[in-house]
Amino acid sequence: MQEGAGDPGLYGFRRWRDRAPIRWPGDKQVAVWISPNLEFYELDPPVNPNRKAWAKPHPDVVGYSHRDHANRVGHWRMAEVMTKHGFPGSVSLSVALCDHIPEVVEDANARGWEFFSHGIYNTRYTYGMDEAQERAIIEDSIRTVRDLTGQTIKGWLAPALTHTPRTLDLIAEYGLTYTCDLYHDDQPGEVAVKSGRLISIPYSLEVNDHYGFFVYNMSPREYADTLIRQFERLAAEGEQGGTVMCIPLHSYLIGQPHRIGAFEEVLRHIAADGRAWITRSGDIAEHYLATKQVVQGEPAL
Amino acid sequence: MSLDPAYLEYPKRRRGMDHDRYAYSNLFERAPIAWPAGKQVAVAIVVSLEWFPILPEDKPFRAPGHMQTAYPDFRHYTSREYGTRVGLYRLLDAFKARGIPVSVATNAAIATRYPEIIADLVAEGHESVAHGTDMNGTIASGMDDAKHAAVIADSLTTLEQATGARPKGWLSIARSQAMDTPEILAANGVEYMLDWVNDELPYRFDTANGPLINVPLNHEISDRQVITVQQQSMDSYAQQLEDACDWLLTEAAQFGGRMLPIHLTPYISGLPYRIDALESLLDRLAARDGVWFATTGQIAQSAAPQLSKA
Repeated sequence: MQEGAGDPGLYGFRRWRDRAPIRWPGDKQVAVWISPNLEFYELDPPVNPNRKAWAKPHPDVVGYSHRDHANRVGHWRMAEVMTKHGFPGSVSLSVALCDHIPEVVEDANARGWEFFSHGIYNTRYTYGMDEAQERAIIEDSIRTVRDLTGQTIKGWLAPALTHTPRTLDLIAEYGLTYTCDLYHDDQPGEVAVKSGRLISIPYSLEVNDHYGFFVYNMSPREYADTLIRQFERLAAEGEQGGTVMCIPLHSYLIGQPHRIGAFEEVLRHIAADGRAWITRSGDIAEHYLATKQVVQGEPAL
Repeated sequence: MSLDPAYLEYPKRRRGMDHDRYAYSNLFERAPIAWPAGKQVAVAIVVSLEWFPILPEDKPFRAPGHMQTAYPDFRHYTSREYGTRVGLYRLLDAFKARGIPVSVATNAAIATRYPEIIADLVAEGHESVAHGTDMNGTIASGMDDAKHAAVIADSLTTLEQATGARPKGWLSIARSQAMDTPEILAANGVEYMLDWVNDELPYRFDTANGPLINVPLNHEISDRQVITVQQQSMDSYAQQLEDACDWLLTEAAQFGGRMLPIHLTPYISGLPYRIDALESLLDRLAARDGVWFATTGQIAQSAAPQLSKA
């Protein structure tokens, strides 16, 4: 990025209208991927000068134990529903989960899910790191996921969405091909980096379950309806060129007993529709990289 | 710019949890829990019965629901008292009509100020769970150790004197604990607590003074969270609870007993325009054969011999 500039220079401008179409495999109109955040939060993490980990003095019992529900209960309930309806996960992974609770990571791996890094812990933030420190967490992520799962991570979603000006350049240098940290589009696109080729895969804040339940205060059924509306629109627009719909999840939210039933109806709806390429983030990136040449003028550097 | 090197050190990065309170455990791989009479879902109603002094204290923090305006905050003081005088009795009548025993998480000040309430709770077969002294009795790390210990001991002793039995259960205000709250609870003879929300069944929680049982009281499906914080309707709240019950009944058929905690507040659910929806929900839940309405104490007692010793 262009550090210090008003426009960080992450990508070139491309209007939604009149784009060269993207074609998804099987002529599907919308690539649908689900991103379970499999996380580990620490009870008593060290302090980052730029952001507090917990709202309360440690232990933040509700904050910590709510998130721990994911690994004991929520993941297993959510994952079963996803598998039942044919949806793989693309996991935003706190890689220390591989050390603490490998059962969860191994389960995801056995289900054919893909992993990308979401940092070491979701209570350790990138803000303020120097280059060597940031390289250390990238190298740690690559090594830790490979050791437990055999997978080589291809993507990055910054821990708790905390970045430095050099994050995108560094992950591209390490051979990662996509970032989930940019929210400017409903299609993949090129990201400006110093070396290599990095693309943006649309993730979503707006239909993230955390936003649905804690920013917009939706009921479970309202959130399910939101996802169906999001899908219907992106599938319809995908007739002109493939779109991407991500459903980012936290199983301590969607895996609660009052929410999972309504969510299951969403998966049933999308699976039955026929317009969706139900896939993983890395497969979208691979397809895009293989079929789309760098478009002239994009990025506009 | 760089961070302290310690920020990239992970001394507790190891197999299992980053503390020694409980072992990791997958709900779906545990030995199934069996409830009495072959019931499938234990529905645990917990009512928070609170007294808010009109002089709020902010140490260690101001409790949710506390005074909000400049002194004197008649608005919030009396609205909370409405729950205690009126709303509570609507709830108790609803429970009595259906034969439902509940757990009432009671500030000690309620027992001191309104002994007739305690008499009614005892007479109607409800359980009293200790819930601090009054709504200034919050607990968090950094507070004075003596005050921390006194809040817990006084809460238990006052309720014991009022009810004739020492409470077995504890709920912290806002479920907020200091690091050593579990030690103090265990030292005071508490058998189970309701504070940690990381599970959906009771589990063993270790302290330096012997083990407790944690009975998870889901904070997300409380009337405070759904109605007051998230501003959803009572009808939606009831629907969410019914959906949860049905999901858990399905799971119970395969994995063993499940638990649905319903955390109610008299000044929220006991209002005239909300109580009907709650009564109707209770009727619908009662119509499901697999439902066992139980106090958290009954649930802890039933689960205790079935819990892993690990």
